[in-house]
This record gives sequence, C-alpha cells and structure tokens, in this order.
Amino acid sequence: MSDPILTLEGITLSFGGLRALNEVSFDMPEGGITTVIGPNGAGKTSLFNTISGFYRPQAGRVLFRGKDISRLHPPKRAKLGLARTFQNIALFRGMTVIDNIKLGAHSHLQTGLLSALVYFGRARREELELREKIESKIIDFLEIDHIRNLPVASLSYGLQKRVELARALAIGPEILLLDEPVAGMNREEKEDMARFILDLNQEWQMTILMVEHDMEMVMDISDKVVVLNFGEVIAQGKAAEVKENPEVLKAYLGSGDVADMRRRLGAENASGAG
Amino acid sequence: MDWLFFIESSLAGLCTGAIYALVALGFVIIYKATKVINFAIGEIMMISAYFFLTFAGIFAWPLWLALPAAVVSGGLLGGLTEKTIIRPMLGESPISVIMVTIGLSNILVGTAQIIWGGGPQVLPGFLPRQPIFLGEIYVSSKIAFSALIAVAMLICYLLYFRFSRGGVALRATASDQAASFSMGISVPRVFNFAWIFGCMATALAGILFSASGGLSPHSGGMALAILVVVIFGGLDSILGALVGGLIIGWLETIVGAFWGGEYKMLAIFTLLTLILVIKPYGLFGTKEIERL
Amino acid sequence: MRIADAVSSYSDDEAIFRTRTQRVWMGILLACLLAFPFVVSPYLLFLGCLIGIAVISATGLNILVGLTGQISLGQGAFMGVGAYTSVWLANQFALSLAVTLPLAGLLTALVGVIVGLPSLRVKGLYLAIATMAASVILHFVFVHWESVTAGNLGLNLQHAKLFGMELDSDFKLYFVIIPLALIAVTGARNLLRTRIGRAFIAVRDRDISAEVLGVNLLRYKLLSFGLSSFYAGCAGALWAYFFKVITPESFPLEVSIFYLAAIIVGGMGTILGPILGAAFMTLVPEMLKVLTLLLEPIIANAQVHLAPMKGVVFGILIVGFLLFEPHGLAEIWRKIQRFFRLWPFKT
Ligand SMILES: Nc1ncnc2c1ncn2[C@@H]1O[C@H](COP(=O)(O)OP(=O)(O)OP(=O)(O)O)[C@@H](O)[C@H]1O
Ligand SMILES: [Mg+2]
Repeated sequence: MSDPILTLEGITLSFGGLRALNEVSFDMPEGGITTVIGPNGAGKTSLFNTISGFYRPQAGRVLFRGKDISRLHPPKRAKLGLARTFQNIALFRGMTVIDNIKLGAHSHLQTGLLSALVYFGRARREELELREKIESKIIDFLEIDHIRNLPVASLSYGLQKRVELARALAIGPEILLLDEPVAGMNREEKEDMARFILDLNQEWQMTILMVEHDMEMVMDISDKVVVLNFGEVIAQGKAAEVKENPEVLKAYLGSGDVADMRRRLGAENASGAG
Repeated sequence: MDWLFFIESSLAGLCTGAIYALVALGFVIIYKATKVINFAIGEIMMISAYFFLTFAGIFAWPLWLALPAAVVSGGLLGGLTEKTIIRPMLGESPISVIMVTIGLSNILVGTAQIIWGGGPQVLPGFLPRQPIFLGEIYVSSKIAFSALIAVAMLICYLLYFRFSRGGVALRATASDQAASFSMGISVPRVFNFAWIFGCMATALAGILFSASGGLSPHSGGMALAILVVVIFGGLDSILGALVGGLIIGWLETIVGAFWGGEYKMLAIFTLLTLILVIKPYGLFGTKEIERL
Repeated sequence: MRIADAVSSYSDDEAIFRTRTQRVWMGILLACLLAFPFVVSPYLLFLGCLIGIAVISATGLNILVGLTGQISLGQGAFMGVGAYTSVWLANQFALSLAVTLPLAGLLTALVGVIVGLPSLRVKGLYLAIATMAASVILHFVFVHWESVTAGNLGLNLQHAKLFGMELDSDFKLYFVIIPLALIAVTGARNLLRTRIGRAFIAVRDRDISAEVLGVNLLRYKLLSFGLSSFYAGCAGALWAYFFKVITPESFPLEVSIFYLAAIIVGGMGTILGPILGAAFMTLVPEMLKVLTLLLEPIIANAQVHLAPMKGVVFGILIVGFLLFEPHGLAEIWRKIQRFFRLWPFKT
C-alpha cells in the first residue's frame, strides 16, 4: 500500500477538564479498512468529529493526502471527500430516502438560486443526472430500490443505517467514515452491512475508517486496527497483532472475561437502538 | 443634566424594574421547568388584573381577600393552560410551542373584551397616594409601594424555591428531568405546579402595573419588555431575571424621561440586539451544548 | 402508491405534475383564476387580490420557517420595508411597478439577511426574540425617518403605473397579483426539487449533521432569510399598490403573527399549506362579518362582539390546529384526495 491518505498528528481535544483525546496519532493506508476500537467513552466519536471538522482540537493536525486540513470548515472537508455516517442515525426526517441521498451530493452540485427557482436548464439537467447516478450506482448497490420514495422516518433501524451509508456514498467519498455501522442490528442486517463494506473496499477501492464494537466483524474485515483508551492510542497494527497485545487485553477486554464484555456491548447497542 | 430628575427617574425605574423582575421570575420558573417560552404572559397579567377588578370593584370584596384571590385565580389560569394546551405540545418544535402561547394570548384578549368591554378601566385604588419625599427626592408612592409588594413576593419566592419540597422538586426537574423522574418526582405535576407558581407571580405583577397604569384588554402589550428582560438576563437564570428586570426597568424609564416615550422600545430592543451579538445566551443563561 | 419505475421515467418521477389528471386539474384551476374577476362581485375581487398578496408573503415565510426551521417574527416589518421602498421609488422617480417591485424585493432581502445574522449564533426562542427586536427597530424607522416615510402621516402612492397603464382598479391589479403569486409559488416548488431546497430542509431537521455533510450553514440560513424577505418585500409592495396608502401602523407585529398563523393553519413545510392557510386566514374574519350580519336580528349587539370574536377565533384556530391537526389544511386536503383518489396536486 502507498502513502497514507489520512494522517493524524498529536490530536488533543478537551472539553473543559475532560481530555477526550490525548496526543492521538496514526495514519491510514489508502485503500484499506482501518478500524478504531475502544471501550465506551474512549473518544472514538470525538475522533470522527475532529476529522469531520465539527470539533476543533486544541493541538494537533489532520493531514489529508499530505495537506493540512486542520483549519478547514466541515462543509469543505465533505467536499474533499470525507464522507461519514453517524453513530446515532442522523437522517433528515422531513425528506424521502432519495432526497436524503441526494443531499449527500450537495457539495458537488452547482445549481444557483435563480436557476433553482425556474428549474430550467442547468438545475433540471443536474437533478436528472444526479438521479441517474444515484439510481444506477448507489440505490442498486445497496438494494434499496423499494424504499426510495418513502419518508425515512417510516423505515426500520437497519434500513435507516443503510440509507445513511447511501447518503455518505453520494458525497463521493475519498475516505468513508463509519461510526458503528452495525450497532443495534440483527444478525442478518449485520451480515448485509459487512458485505456492503467489503464490496465498497474491494470493488470500489474505497478507503474506510470505521468505529465498531462487534469484535468478530472487526477482526474479519480490518486491515489495520487502532485501539483507543481514555483518549489515548494504546496500540495499533494488524488485527491479529492487536488482538494479542497484552495492553489491549488489559484495557479493553477488561479482566479477560470476553464473553461478559460482549454481552455488555450487545445490551448497550440494543438500548441505543431503541 | 438635571441630577435630581435623574435620581428621581432612576428610582422610579428601579421600582418598575422590581415588578419586571417579578414577572421575569415567573417566566423563568416556567421556562426552566417546561422549556416553554410563554408569549401569553402579558395577557395573563391583564386577565389577572381584571380578576382583581371584578373581585374588588364589582364584588366589593375587601383588599385582603380580593388581592390574594386574584393572584390565585391567575395561577389557576396558568395551571389550566398547562394542562389543556401546553402539555400536548411538549417536545414539539419551538415554533409550535411559541405559536400555541400566541394563540392563547389572542383568545385571552378577545375574551376580556367580551366579558369586560374594550374600553380602559381603573382599578379600585389600594395603593397610597401621597407622594414620598426622601430629602428633596420625590417618589410616587404608588410605584414605590408596588415595588415593595413585588420585592416581598420575590423574597417569598426565592425562599420557597430554596427551602421547600416543591421548590427542590422544581429545581431538580429543571436540571435533569429523567433523573428526577427516576427519583420519584412526578414530572407532570411539577410542570403544572411551575405554571401555577409562575403565573401567580405574573398575576400579582399584572395587578400592580394596572393599579398605576390603568387597564384595558390590550394592556398585555406591556409584556414585550419582559421578553427583553428574560433574554437579556438569560432565559433559564433566576439571577438573570432579577438583574435583567432592574436594568431594563431602569433603562426604559430613563430613556422615557429624557428622550420621550417612543424611544423606550427602541432603547431596550437595541440593547437586546447588542446582547444577542455579544452574549447570545444572555448575561447568565446557560449555553446550549450541541452534539452530533 | 407509485413505487419504482424504469430508468427512463426518472424525469417523470422528478416532475411536478406526474399524471395527465394532474395537468388537467391544473388547467381547470388556471381557467378559474382567469375567469374569476369577470364573474364575481367587486367585494370578492377585492378579497381575491388580498389573498393573492397573502399567498406570496406566506409562501416566503414558509421558506424560512417551514423549510429552513428558522423562527421569524419579522415578516410584517419586512413587508413594510417592501411597501415603503416601492412607494418611495414610485413617487420620487415616477418608476413603473416593473422596476419598483423587484427593487423593493431586493432591498427587503438585504434587510432580511442582516436581521438573519443572529441565526448563526442563536436558535429557536432566542432567534424569535431577535427577529422581534428587528421588527420593533424597523417600526421605529418607519415612524422616525420622516424625510422618506413621512412619519405617522404615512405615504400616498401617487404613481401606480405598469407598462404605461394606470393601476387604478382592483380588476387590473388582480392580473398583476395573481400571476405574481403563481410565479412565487412555482419558484418555491421548484426550489424544493433542487439542492437548495434540500439544504434548507437539512438545516431545519439537523443543522450540524447537514454541515458535516457539506451544507454551509452560514450561506443557507442567510439565503433563506434573504429569499423569504424578498417574497415579503414583493408582497409588501403589492400591498402598497393595492391600498395606495401606507403608514407605520400598516405593518405591526400582528401582521407577522398573522402570517405565522397562516402557515401553521395551512401546513408548514409544504407548498400547498401557505396557499390554503393564507386564503383561509384572510377569509375567516370576512366570514365572521357575514355571520354577525346574519345574527344581528337575533342577538341585539352582535356587531359589538365582532372584533373580539375575530381575536378569539384567530387564537382558537392556531391552538386548535396545533393540537389537533399540526400538519394543517394541506394534510386535510391530502386526506380528502386520498379519499377520492384524485391527484390534482403533488405537495
Ligand atoms: N460535546 C461534548 N462536550 C463535552 N463532553 C463531550 C462532548 N463530546 C464528547 N464528550 C465526552 O468525551 C468522551 C468521549 O466521548 P465519545 O463520544 O467520543 O466516546 P466514544 O468512544 O464514541 O464512546 P461510545 O462507544 O459510547 O460511542 C466522553 O466522556 C464524552 O462524554
Ligand atoms: Mg461513539
């Protein structure tokens, strides 16, 4: 694998007295699946928010293809291709599925106010092209043709997560950031989602950064695993290596009772889904 | 600059401010507990003053009975409002909640016109009239006594809020609804209680204002200044209500005295705009933290 | 319920009127609007114009409140800005409505953008009060900038011309107002189908997520304020041409509340809603007037209670719709449609 596509350098983020992230540094190989794991409250979502630009870290830099993007506003970062999904589903409830997905493409569209008001020429052309593209690439791929005109609020949890992924794909990701993509899903939905993620990585050559609690899935599909604990990176490397790292076992897997931890995480995810 | 006039106006302004603080306190209690901003506050003041007019003027009840009865009636009107139209709206968008209270204010104005007629009326006098002189400084005794009553009520409220069971439940609910609920506090009852409690303060202030300023179904407009007070002080801050009330009352009176009545509104709303630019959540309000 | 179609029909799927029936109904509606002034009494014509103006303003307010989720209590004052601008321009430079109307809209849009600036820092209740402050300040300007507004005396429109024609009757104005209302509504409808409309809704539903997904909050909030005020400015200008006299009291806070009520009663966030709401809320007081006339023989002083009853009914409508049909008349209309399976509109 080539140069890193995203590099984090010494990211430190505090909320008042709380250090959510402390000197976090790692990089992501282009074309790989990197997974961030860590116990609840470790700072994984905060890390995502920092990469998206929603949180401004007190120290550290975010480099995208070697360029410092630390001062870039969130919408600009989206336009660069930092596309993400959210841990707590953040669909726009007043819109249909297709409109939610179209919104993802927002920063690549050109339509200005006047042409939007008359919906003629460019506005119309652009909308139709976008529709074609979304239909043929995203909707087909994620198998959501049957729900495209439904309001998102009427969908099941699993489908909502899928629509979120679709919306992120519409951004035209250079890096796809997935915050707990299978949390709260049933087995079948999880398998579907894992398949989509693998396909995206292997067939679309997409670079993926993911937060996930489901260890089975993490170990199965990650090229690289980064372990966060209390805002610090305590280990990183190949999945198999990290799994054996004693520090990780101590911090993350608790007193060694893995089954118990799984049960706990499962329960949490279920309640998060409700 | 006429310093004597300035001091007199300042005193009058602070007296008005004390009454503003009382209304603002009622407003903040309601907001803290239920997160509802009550645009009908002026109309509740107005209706309560009509209650007083009815009890003291028409029924000719003595003051010691008519005043508390009117205040309690105002509180019950608040409680009724909460039960019937506010509770179903909890959790709706701010615009819907605001509009439901605006709707209520229209209903109250129309009702007052139908029951008591549209013209201005004078409340039976219950405040002393002889002017008070502090050395050379003249103070209207109506305003001074109104302020004293308002301050007494404010003190009762603050003590109650601090020490009583109801006050504690109210504060607990304001800081964390879910936690209070799990500790056995009946949140709906607290909501209702907050409205009754808040509207009683409002009612008293309404009566005091009308006692010196006259009363008509459109008197509710006076509450525009209250909105400024609470935003200025911070919607969820009791201290803000008190400080804001005094500052706005003072500023309004000074501007009115030195430049003329039509500049009052301009002055306080300009101040409000400045505050929103500099400190968006008011002097003492808590900033709303947003998370993704 | 229509679901998937072949790829070739995406453009149909994106169209406003998807079926032939819809187009036919639309044609009938247009024909009725065209015939209306020829067949009705002057009084109804007067109401028709009034509704047209209200539709423009309500549609504009809906863009801001219903679609973008920003509360504004400034719509009335914005209409005032438009009205004063157009009358002043017309009187001062003998300009035609074709010039004064867009200029009034643009200036109001500018004012709207400035008033919208606090929306970048405050939301909800705080924003409502901030816009109210703006409306108080604008009212002050109307009263005190006497060289332009003539203070409390107000302005008379002396030069009401369009393409050389004197706009001196409701009949003529009808043919100015209604086409403009149609354009205004169509514009809003079109907007909804594009990235701009989607961005507005995204800001309303989840502003910070929208920002992370590529929507520039600053730009879209201000754009919404600007566009909505542009509509208000145009509506205000038409109002001035319609009544010929404007004073600061023509645009009190109650006007802002009237329009908020109209979009709530009609159905916020839809295109049909503001139309129905504006028409309904304009007609209700008139219906009450008719009712009191009918009741006069039975109830001695029914006339006296007219004004208070208007207030009470106005309040009850707001509260009642919020409690029992929060999606407004548009939703009722949709239910009726579903019942009859006719689809003249897609909302
Ligand atoms: N906006 C904020 N203000 C204050 N504290 C915050 C904020 N966002 C996150 N935190 C705190 O930072 C810490 C890390 O939170 P974060 O959401 O990043 O954890 P996480 O690893 O994603 O956990 P989980 O597995 O539960 O999703 C937590 O203690 C959290 O309370
Ligand atoms: Mg998280």
